[in-house]
Amino acid sequence: MAATEQDILAGLGKIINEITGIPASDVTPEKSFVDDLDIDSLSMVEIAVAAQDEFGVEIPDDQLKNLKTVKDVLSFIQG
Amino acid sequence: MKIPDIAPGARILAFGHYQPAHVVTNDDLAKTMDTNDEWIQSRVGIKERRVAPAGESVEDMATIAGGKALAASGLSPEDVDLVIVATCTLETQIPNASAIVAHRLGIQSPGAFDVNAACAGFCYALGTASAVVRGGSARHVLVIGAEKLSQWVDWTDRSTAVIFADGAGAAVVGPADTPGIGPVVWGSAGDKADAIVVKDRQHFLHQEGQTVFRWATTALHPVALEACRRAGVEPSELSAFVPHQANLRIVEAIARKLGADNAVIARDIVNAGNTSAASIPLALSRMLERGEVRSGGLALVLGFGAGLTYAGQVIEIP
Repeated sequence: MAATEQDILAGLGKIINEITGIPASDVTPEKSFVDDLDIDSLSMVEIAVAAQDEFGVEIPDDQLKNLKTVKDVLSFIQG
Repeated sequence: MKIPDIAPGARILAFGHYQPAHVVTNDDLAKTMDTNDEWIQSRVGIKERRVAPAGESVEDMATIAGGKALAASGLSPEDVDLVIVATCTLETQIPNASAIVAHRLGIQSPGAFDVNAACAGFCYALGTASAVVRGGSARHVLVIGAEKLSQWVDWTDRSTAVIFADGAGAAVVGPADTPGIGPVVWGSAGDKADAIVVKDRQHFLHQEGQTVFRWATTALHPVALEACRRAGVEPSELSAFVPHQANLRIVEAIARKLGADNAVIARDIVNAGNTSAASIPLALSRMLERGEVRSGGLALVLGFGAGLTYAGQVIEIP
């Protein structure tokens, strides 16, 4: 059974917490990585690599720059 | 045909280094571009770097570092029969740096060539020097990494200007009864050639930061582990890990994945910036000078950069 959006959000929150120290509960769909969560471009790469390991979906660098919000990443992972 | 006496091994006899006097702090950079100390330190881990003045060339820095390594080795200029300079930032392509440097050091008519493998250059040159000594084509080799990145960087571009710096480091390689330089593991990823480029003579150095960061933090720890395996050394036996000082976050990410729990991790970038092919011998020489690493210990060196290219080997610290 495919992972639900809630499952992916929880997994993403855990990854972001491990990489940046931001509480997982702050990682909600409407948040912008740069403006709300203050995550820099290199941490975004680390998050993309960890998300690939976790969800099996590759997020290439040329796509990564278009993913501005948590919801953008959730949608990308869900295809 | 006959082959000269072949040395069973090669080792590094001594290191030397040189940095330009002028220190550029993060606060200095904040005066001319949209950045600040916290921004720079959190992204690349650099507090300050050295920048050479207009009159100081790659060859000048290479000569001083090479001279110091030669003096520390106890050898005379006439003992050296090959000079290799690893650099990618010469002001002009012709002539090469190594013949000039050798001449200035009083080394009479040695073999002399430059290596351009960008930030991996020192490890390529060291691997070549080791093979040359063991093969009997030279007895003592002076290997130098020297760079003047400041003349190829756009000083209004904060994505590169905060990172790159100038300096030189050198090592003298000679024969040994037991190996002191392990097999080099080297390779390249030319499919990512566009990630770090100087497009033409009208352009400055450009780097795709995310592409390089992803590659460096995911593709290189297997190279580091393979260099250990081929030298018959467990990562836990390393007393130092000295990767190219690209970015402190890359250094720490590779170190974490390598798992060299007993090793001192080189963090020379904090005060020296990213000096490309110079960064590994510069870091090691400074760590030796400060007593942070001990003579006789094993260190893993790992260079990586434009090309993309990479190379690493285990060495015994002189």
